[in-house]
Amino acid sequence: MTPLLPMTPLLEVRDLAITFAPAARVVDGVDFRIMPGEVLGLVGESGSGKSVTLRALLRLLHGARVEGHVLWKGRDVLAMPDAELRAMRGRGMAAVFQEPTAALNPVLPIGLQIDESLAAHTDLSGAARRRRAIELLGEVGIADAARRLGAYPHELSGGQRQRAMIAIALAAGPELLLADEPTTALDVTIQDQILALLLRLVADRHMGLLLVTHDLGVVAETCDRMVVLYAGRVAEAGSVADLLRQPRHAYTDALLRSMPGEGEARTRLSPIPGMAPKLGRPLDACAFVPRCSYASPECSAHRPPMVAVEPRRLSACIAWNRLPARVAA
Amino acid sequence: MNRAGAIVGRIAQIIPTFFLIGVVVFVLARLLPGDAVSAMLGDRATDEAVRRITHQLGLDRSMVAQFLTFIGQAAQGHFGQSLAFRVPVASLISERLPVTLLLTLMATLIAMCMALPLAFVAAMNANRWPDILIRAVFQVGLSSPVFYVGLVLLTVFAAGLRLFPVGGYGEGLPAHLYHLFLPALTLALSFSAVIMRTLRGSILAVLRAEFVDFARAKGLSARVILLRHVLRSAAITTVTLVGLHIGSLLGGAVITESVFAVPGVGRLMVDSIFSRDYPVIQALTLVLAVLVSLTFLATDLLHGWLDPRAGV
Amino acid sequence: MRLPFPLIAGLGILVLLLLCALLPGAIAPYDPLAFDYTAMLAAPGRAHLFGTDQFGRDLLSRTIHATRIDLQIALFATIGPLLIGGAIGLLVGWFGGLADTLVGRLIDLVQTFPFLVLVIAIVAVLGPGLENMYVAVAIVGWVFYARLMRGEVLVQKHADYIAAARALGYSQPRLMLRHILPNAIRPVLIYLVTDMALAILLGSSLGYLGLGAQPPTPEWGVLIADGKNFFTTAPWMSLFPGLAIVLTGLGFSLTGDGLADLMDVRR
Repeated sequence: MTPLLPMTPLLEVRDLAITFAPAARVVDGVDFRIMPGEVLGLVGESGSGKSVTLRALLRLLHGARVEGHVLWKGRDVLAMPDAELRAMRGRGMAAVFQEPTAALNPVLPIGLQIDESLAAHTDLSGAARRRRAIELLGEVGIADAARRLGAYPHELSGGQRQRAMIAIALAAGPELLLADEPTTALDVTIQDQILALLLRLVADRHMGLLLVTHDLGVVAETCDRMVVLYAGRVAEAGSVADLLRQPRHAYTDALLRSMPGEGEARTRLSPIPGMAPKLGRPLDACAFVPRCSYASPECSAHRPPMVAVEPRRLSACIAWNRLPARVAA
Repeated sequence: MNRAGAIVGRIAQIIPTFFLIGVVVFVLARLLPGDAVSAMLGDRATDEAVRRITHQLGLDRSMVAQFLTFIGQAAQGHFGQSLAFRVPVASLISERLPVTLLLTLMATLIAMCMALPLAFVAAMNANRWPDILIRAVFQVGLSSPVFYVGLVLLTVFAAGLRLFPVGGYGEGLPAHLYHLFLPALTLALSFSAVIMRTLRGSILAVLRAEFVDFARAKGLSARVILLRHVLRSAAITTVTLVGLHIGSLLGGAVITESVFAVPGVGRLMVDSIFSRDYPVIQALTLVLAVLVSLTFLATDLLHGWLDPRAGV
Repeated sequence: MRLPFPLIAGLGILVLLLLCALLPGAIAPYDPLAFDYTAMLAAPGRAHLFGTDQFGRDLLSRTIHATRIDLQIALFATIGPLLIGGAIGLLVGWFGGLADTLVGRLIDLVQTFPFLVLVIAIVAVLGPGLENMYVAVAIVGWVFYARLMRGEVLVQKHADYIAAARALGYSQPRLMLRHILPNAIRPVLIYLVTDMALAILLGSSLGYLGLGAQPPTPEWGVLIADGKNFFTTAPWMSLFPGLAIVLTGLGFSLTGDGLADLMDVRR
C-alpha cells in the first residue's frame, strides 16, 4: 500500500544543500515531504541545520547558497519568480518563528500586522479585513479581540504575542504552517496551550504543519512523522511511534537514551557525550562517529547511504540493525 | 492615561533646565576679566562712562541680587541694551532669530532629503560599490569644515555660475528662500553626513531584523516592507538624530551665516564678539541653549508619538 | 594580522602631515613669507603649484608651513578635555554616589548648549587667540570624555577580574589606576583620534572667524580667511588650504575608524 497514494505532497524537499560563505555547508542533502493535514517534526540539536532549513523553504536566508529542490505543489520555490514567491508565502506556506518579541514589528499595532497579510493575499475591503482580523485573534484564543487590534506587541504577554504571531501566519489561510521552535521562548504551561492550539488549527483547517524543534517530548505529543537531523544531514526518518520504539540510527538511539525516562519527555537533548561537530566542508564519513558507541571502521570510510530499512522508514546508519529496541512506550 | 501624565512630566522638566542654563550664562558673564567694562568701552572708556555702564549692567550690586535680577529679566525676555547697536538686545534677537530658524529648518529638510535615500541605498547594498562610494563621499563631507564648503559653493554657484546671490537675505519669503538656499545647502552637506552614517547603521540593523524576515514570510512586497516596516524605524531614528544634533546645526549656522553674510543670530554673535557687545553674546548664548532644550523636548514628544515603546 | 584599509590610508596621511609639520623648510619650495611682486595672485602653475597670494607668497609653502599649527591644534584642543574629562569620569564612575549624580547633571547641562556657541561665548569672554581657544574647548569638551570614561569604568567595575582583585585586598587607588584605567581607556583613546579630526575643523573654523589663531600665524583657517576677499579673482587662495584641512580631517577620522574596527570597539 505504500506507493501510489492518490495524494500529492504539499511540499517535497529534495537534496537540499545550504552553504554560507565561504565554505560552511550547514545543510547537506536533506530530503523530506509533507502531505496535506500531516504534522512532521524536524528534530535536531541546535546547529543541526533545522531552523536554517525552515527558512530556506521560504527563501528567507541572507547570504547563503541554497541548492537542491524545494517543490511546493510541484513548483520549485528556489526558482520561482518574485511575484509567484510572494503569492506563495503566507498563502501557501506561512511561518511562525521562535521569538515573537523579535518577529513582530515593535512599532506597529497587532491589528495592522494581521491586516497587511490580509491585504496582500485577499480582496477584502478594509472593514471586512478588520472583521476577519478580530475572528483570527479570537480563533487563536486572544480574549477581547476587537480591543486588542490596536495593541502594540510590548503591551501583550509572551503567550499572547505567540498567539498573535500565529494569527498573523494564519491570516491568508495557508495550507502548510512552518513553525520554528514555536514554544521554546514560553513558560511550560503556555507551551502546552500553544501546542494544543496548533494541533486544533491543523485539524480544523486540514493544514500541514512542519514543526521544527529540539524537544523530543514535543514531537512525541504532536507529530505523525519525524525527520532527525544531525550536522545538516538526515540521520533517519519515519513515523514518530516507530522511531521512538525502535530507533534505526545510532544518533536517535543516543538521543532517546539522553532523555531521563518515558513520561518525563520534556527535556533538552544535550547530554550525549562529545560535541556536535563544527560545520564546514562536506564530510565523507558519518558525522556522528566521534560520539557514537556503535561506530565501526566502515562508518569513517565513506558517507553511509540512506537506506529504506523498513517500509516508510529511512536511515543513514550502518549499525541500524544492531540498535536495541526501546521498552514499549 | 498615564501617557498624558508622562508628557506633562516631561514638559515640566524643562523649567529647571531653563534655570540651570541661566546659571551657566550668568557665571560665564561674571568670568569677564576685571575691568571688563572699560574693555567693553574701549577708547570710549571715560571714568564717567565706566561708572554708568557698571551701574547699568548692575555690576555694583551683590552677586545674588545680580543673579536674581538677571533671571527675572531674562524670564521676561529683557536682556538689556546692546552696546554696539544701542537698541534693546531682545529686539535685535527677535529680528534675527527667524532668519536663523529658517536657515536651520531648510538645512534640516535638505539634509534629510539627501541622507534618507542615500542611507537606504547604502544599507541595501551594504559593502558593495554603491555603499562604499556613498560612505567615502560622506566621509569626505564629515572632514570638510562648514566654512570651507560654504566658500566653495559660493565660489562655484554664486560667483562663478551666478545662479545664486553671494549673500544677504532679500525681501519677502521667496527671496529669503532663494538667498538662503546656498547657506542651507552648505549646512545640510555636513549635517547629512552626520545623520547618514547613523541612519545607514540603523537601517542595516532593521533590514536584518527578524520582524522583516517575518514580514517577508507573510508574502508582503518589498515595497510594503520598505515603506511600512523599515521606513518607520528609520523615521524614528532620524527624528532622534536631528534632535540630538540640533546643537551642532546651530553651531554650523553661526559659521555659515558669517560666510554668506546672512543677517541671523549666528552672524550677530560673531560680530558682537569683535564689538565686545557682551549683553548680546550673553543673551544669545542663553537663547540658543533654550532653543536646544526646547528641541530636545520636542524630539522626546515626537519620539514618544512615533515609537509606542517610548515612555513619554 | 591584516590591517584594515582605512587605518593604512589614515596613518599614511598622518605620516605625510607629520613630515610637513616637522620639516616644513625641507619640503616647501619657497620661503612662506617671501614677497614676490612679480608673481602676485598667480594662478596655480609649474612655478607655484598652489598659486600665490596678493603679495606673491607661494601658497604651497604657506600651506605646508601651516601644518605645524594645525596639528598642534589637534593635540592641544583634545589633550585638555581628555585629561579633565578622563579623570572626572574615572573618579565618579568608580566612586558613584552624589558626585556621580551631580556630574551627570552637569554633563547634561553643558550638552544643552550648542558646542560651538558655548566655545565662542567663552572665547568672547577670554579674548580671541589660540591659547584662549584651548581653554574654552577644555571647559566645554571634557563632558564627552567624562561620559565615555564613566560608562567604561562602570562596565569594568563589575567585571570578574575586579572582584578577584578586590578579594586580594588591593587598595582603591591601585585598583583604579592599575586595573580599571588601562582597560577603560582604550575606547577613550580611540575617540581621542576621531576627536582630533573635529578639533582641526573647530580650530580652523575659529581661525577663519578670527577667533582662533591670529594672523600672521600660518594656520589653514586663517589662510582661507585671507583668500576670502579674492574668491572671485583668485579662488585657489582658499581652495588649497581647505583641501589640507579636509585631508587632515580624513587622516584622523580614517585612523580612528580603523582603530575602532581593529579593536572591535563600537562607536
